[in-house]
Amino acid sequence: MIARRAFLSVVATEPVGPYTMLRVRRGDIDPGVPGQFFMLGGSTVLPRPMSLCAAPSGELAFLIDPIGAGTRELCALELGSQLAVTGPLGRGYHLDAERPILVGGGIGVAPLPYLAKALPAAPIVLGFRTRFHAEAASLLPGAEVVIDPVLVTEPLARRLAERGGTPLACGPEPMLAAVGALSPAAQLALEAPMGCGHGGCYGCVVDVDGARKRLCVEGPVIEAGRFLASEPGTLPRAAEPTECAA
Amino acid sequence: MRLLNASGCLDALATPELAATLDAFVTKTVTPVPRAGNDPIRITDVDSGMLNSIGLQNLGIEVFVTESLPRLAALNIPIWVSVGGFSADDHARLCARLDAEPDVATIELNVSCPNVHAPAESAWEIVAAARGQTTKPLYAKLSPNVPDIAAVATAAVGAGADGLTLVNTVRGMALDPRSLTPTLATGSGGLSGPALRPIALSAVFACASTTDVPIVAVGGISQSAHVLEFVAAGASDVALGTVLFAEPYAAERLRAEVGAELEQRGFASFDNVRGLAHRIPSGIQADEVAVDGGEMDHRAVGSAISS
Repeated sequence: MIARRAFLSVVATEPVGPYTMLRVRRGDIDPGVPGQFFMLGGSTVLPRPMSLCAAPSGELAFLIDPIGAGTRELCALELGSQLAVTGPLGRGYHLDAERPILVGGGIGVAPLPYLAKALPAAPIVLGFRTRFHAEAASLLPGAEVVIDPVLVTEPLARRLAERGGTPLACGPEPMLAAVGALSPAAQLALEAPMGCGHGGCYGCVVDVDGARKRLCVEGPVIEAGRFLASEPGTLPRAAEPTECAA
Repeated sequence: MRLLNASGCLDALATPELAATLDAFVTKTVTPVPRAGNDPIRITDVDSGMLNSIGLQNLGIEVFVTESLPRLAALNIPIWVSVGGFSADDHARLCARLDAEPDVATIELNVSCPNVHAPAESAWEIVAAARGQTTKPLYAKLSPNVPDIAAVATAAVGAGADGLTLVNTVRGMALDPRSLTPTLATGSGGLSGPALRPIALSAVFACASTTDVPIVAVGGISQSAHVLEFVAAGASDVALGTVLFAEPYAAERLRAEVGAELEQRGFASFDNVRGLAHRIPSGIQADEVAVDGGEMDHRAVGSAISS
């Protein structure tokens, strides 16, 4: 069942390091399960998929990296303007994971504040390229933060060795591949260029369970082990950053 | 005037509530054998439209007939099955397989390969082969990537097509702004959305001039004014494609807006609009033309044709 679509009023656009937190009135849109995503429409022909970052009272909040025309427009929306929002879409994190550990890299921190609200006891490890990017760690008080050249997989590996656990991760492809290598049970929030977000266009396929499947239908959160049945190196290609933060 | 989806722009099984907004559902193109489709990246938007290079990913005709079709039939809307192949024989086999299926309302032939050297002869061959295998209504979906689409349409109708779907995408390319290499893995892809609309309108106009079969117009339709333009150019029905990605419920909105626009412009029905573009030679003032159903709003007629 597809989610609802509504025009929601922009409440705020706030800088968070190099990113922007876009807050809109929630209306009667359901915030959904952490890790699910919403299609945000602007003047671009295609809407942009964004995972929900937070659901403060009466609002929906999205953390956006302004890397292209669509995301730059979303970050520059004026207060009170109307934004077309469709969602929640896709499959989010399984919250019953055993000893969950939240793992974020760069803009992959986006879905974690909403996830942390649902899993308040879960430890959090975050990795960023620079101190400026790491300002986004302020969204997750108590998180262990590393900055390049230290990789987030270092504190993650240490924690897994000490206590075990299930990574619930979001971040760039190499990070997700490394997290999956540490733990096949890891739940990885992937990204791919998306057209519709509701299974119509087959634009966002990834190789899962040995077949090419739509990320918007199967994911965006997919268990790392499901990639093992596919060809090696078949996480979605992200050699160049895309505008999709789902 | 019916509202359909363009093939490959909606999955009725994933979103039956969206299919329910349409007068008929057109499937993603089904091929003789399963196809994995092209490598990602498969889709991107550009200034005035979007590019796709999906590569006809589908489960093949056998899985479609035995698994998908019964579930589609349960939706209780007419099912148009889009079929595609790489030869006339492929199309013939696909139509033969679908001919006995009572849940198939119409077969749409994806006669749109831009890489054929003799498009009219190729269309004739494909439609004739399909026609020989089925008595179901056959629509030929044509590519605008040809020098003379009206000639292709005439050939398709001559070979037995009951209708035309106009148009498929046109070839386009986008480069990644950082690397200046093609964004799509296949290099180029099919351009759709607003940029396609004048191309589709021209194709509908041309084909309506030379054939008398029903035409489903496809290409950047997102507003009620667009619907009226295509009907004025000769379309019987319209299909929504790219707009469904940004606005999944666009058919509901358009249906309401089109009704209101007809009334506002003083048209009693679509019958008063159909073909209007052909009845007003350029240079003649709209107020010289009378239409059935009463007095026409001159400025509105002008904008329906030229805006």
